[in-house]
Amino acid sequence: MTQAEVDDTLKRIQEHKGVQGYLIINNDGIPIRSNLDASLTQQYAALIKSLSDKARSTIREIDPTNELVFFRMRTKKHEILVAPEKEYTMIVLQATDVQ
Amino acid sequence: MPVKGAEKKTTQPVAGGVPTQRRLSQLPRQSIITGFRDDDQDFGNMPDLSDEALRPVRPDDQLKLTDAELNEEHTRILTARNPQAAENIVRFSYKDRTFKPIPQVDQLAVHFQLDGNLIHRDSEEGKRQLVRDIGEQALGEVETTPTKAADTEGEPTTKEGEDEDEEKPKKPTGPAGKGKKLTNQFNFSERASQTYNNPCRDRETFVEQTPRSVFTDNVSQWSIFDAYNEDFDQQQKAKEKEHKKVAVKKDDERKKKFVVAEQTGDDMAKLARSKSASISLKILERMINQNTFDDIAQDFKYWEDAADEYREQEGSLLPLWIFQYDLTKKLACTNLAWNTRYTDLFAVSFGSYDFLKQSRGMFLIYSLKNPSFPENIFITDTGVMCLDFHPNHPNLLACGFYDGSVAVYNIADEYKRPKYQSTARNGKHTDPVWQVRWQKDDLDGNLNFYSISSDGRIVCWTLVKSDLMYIDVVQLKLEKPATEPDEGIPLATLGCGTCFDFNKQQDYLFIAGTEEGKIHKCSKSYNNQFLDTFDAHHMAVYAVRWNTFHPKIFISCSADWTVKIWDINFKDPLFVYDLGSAVGDVTWAPYSSTVFAACTADGKVYVFDLNVNKYEPLCEQIVVQKKRTKLTHIVFNQNFPIILVGDDRGNITSLKLSPNLRKKPKVKKGQEAPEGPEAENAKLDKILALIRDPDDTKNKSISAQQTSTVPATTS
Repeated sequence: MTQAEVDDTLKRIQEHKGVQGYLIINNDGIPIRSNLDASLTQQYAALIKSLSDKARSTIREIDPTNELVFFRMRTKKHEILVAPEKEYTMIVLQATDVQ
Repeated sequence: MPVKGAEKKTTQPVAGGVPTQRRLSQLPRQSIITGFRDDDQDFGNMPDLSDEALRPVRPDDQLKLTDAELNEEHTRILTARNPQAAENIVRFSYKDRTFKPIPQVDQLAVHFQLDGNLIHRDSEEGKRQLVRDIGEQALGEVETTPTKAADTEGEPTTKEGEDEDEEKPKKPTGPAGKGKKLTNQFNFSERASQTYNNPCRDRETFVEQTPRSVFTDNVSQWSIFDAYNEDFDQQQKAKEKEHKKVAVKKDDERKKKFVVAEQTGDDMAKLARSKSASISLKILERMINQNTFDDIAQDFKYWEDAADEYREQEGSLLPLWIFQYDLTKKLACTNLAWNTRYTDLFAVSFGSYDFLKQSRGMFLIYSLKNPSFPENIFITDTGVMCLDFHPNHPNLLACGFYDGSVAVYNIADEYKRPKYQSTARNGKHTDPVWQVRWQKDDLDGNLNFYSISSDGRIVCWTLVKSDLMYIDVVQLKLEKPATEPDEGIPLATLGCGTCFDFNKQQDYLFIAGTEEGKIHKCSKSYNNQFLDTFDAHHMAVYAVRWNTFHPKIFISCSADWTVKIWDINFKDPLFVYDLGSAVGDVTWAPYSSTVFAACTADGKVYVFDLNVNKYEPLCEQIVVQKKRTKLTHIVFNQNFPIILVGDDRGNITSLKLSPNLRKKPKVKKGQEAPEGPEAENAKLDKILALIRDPDDTKNKSISAQQTSTVPATTS
């Protein structure tokens, strides 16, 4: 996937109905791409990263050959979709009640 | 010494009337001298001195007291008490646990102390020293005896005394000289001396603090596992001696945090390059779509129209997703094809049916998992009129264009260019290609496909290495009209082919429909001749399809508003259905030999089930929002009970079939449910037999034969 396609996909995600924002953070928890405001970005980056690490550690602790691929947290107000990777973690916020 | 006036008068030490000696510089002045006269009485003890110079001198700072005070008597008592000793020494008594004053304070005042070095002559040390001294003296005496011997003549008496004295010390030295001097702890005198202590000096230096870093880590089951895996991998590499992977140097991560959405060229570029990131991004998008279209996804999977239980000969179509794309709004959907391996992937080709308005075309690959955006977009110069997925290679897509060329794309390819393309020199059709179909690999193992076009040729294309080779298989020659003039050179005109289909059981056999309304039965082996011709329709035949199970039945639809079902051996159609509008496409269902669906130009979809109702559709439904949208193509999914319908506005609508439309015949108790092609064939045969039976009680028998619903299980 080229840079342009990645950008395209991100733009599509952003414009999708109900999506409140997305966030891409690297391994150190530093956000490299985000369309939320600064404070929210920092908060999400730090908190979700640690949660993601914990979740991943849990799964691998039970069975080291397994690997966490995605997880979603559905809350009252929105749904947080997290895709943890080796080098990056992608987070998308989507509102649960569409329309 | 000048006698000074003491502080206390009566204790003036009288120095026995020693005349005072005064220096001239200390001579009192006149005033003082006068003052002296007043104090003449005080000096009563002192001798009357007439000499002024001899009078005691009074210093300037002497206390001046009045006479009364001068006469006051102060008693002084001399005691043997030490005025320096403390008067109230207090000692802590452990017995009473209080401080108690000592009754008797030591009044001894030491004025002078001197340690003597006299030793008693009879003490041990004294005796020793005497012995030592006599020994020394004896040595000295030997020398001085001659001198003393000279002296003894003058003084015999004293000499005797001396001799006696000399003898005495001799005696004790004799025995004492033999004994060794012993030292013990009592008379051992320790000689100590202090060495000189070199002065010490402190020197300090500061060094630069060694750099430290705190390092922490968590150990868990999986981190150990990872470490072992890594080690194992490295061992493998070392063993095989592969060339090492190019280590991507990690760019220096910038320390400052990016608060605004400012992308680092490095990080984002790496993100774009990393495959797993792009995959997960894709899946994220699908997840979002799933959320948005959650109810549709649920319907797709689980919803079954309950009303179907109450209406036996009716079914319904539930609209699911609508696939749209910006750039296709003005294009018509020209063909739909499901992928052979991935059941949620389908390809749509876009072009224009309008002869006058020809523009670019495209084909899109969609996935049901992401209804809002196509997975792949391929833009072409001319309209794409048809496409087909290879049954064995799900990434190969053959397509035919409006300009007559055909191409083969590899949709997994990053570059959106065709792998093979036919050119004008390479056998390209001269008219739009209406249909392409992959065939089994030929004897050499090369992939090949067929195409049919309006120029009347059916061509077989073979992919040989990197080339596309073509062979004209059939030419759709028109029948010569009977009333042809004998003069003139008979021109062999070709009909325009619009569709074809290959028999599923007998591969060499295929049928082709033309614009003239004829359907030709052809064989791959016979080039010039048709095996048979059907005068099927009055207008162009838009689609012909062999039945999925039955080897002899096929269906055709046409612009003349009809759908006809044929048996290959009979010239007359078995069933004819008039749908009231030009029928764009008709297709058999993959799960039943008696179900087929058709779509018309007035936006309706018809679903028939011959098993249930031979003459009327089970379902007739408008599926498009806007009026005057023509439906152009329809296709069933192999696994899921959904159909896709394409229209001429570039939308693809997916619909779910209600249970009534997916029926399987009722099982008699005790018998196994007949499955498989044979059963389907038998079912169809039964129906056909009824049709052909001139004793036509089929209507009544059909109604008596109502098969009840056994809802088909969704896959």
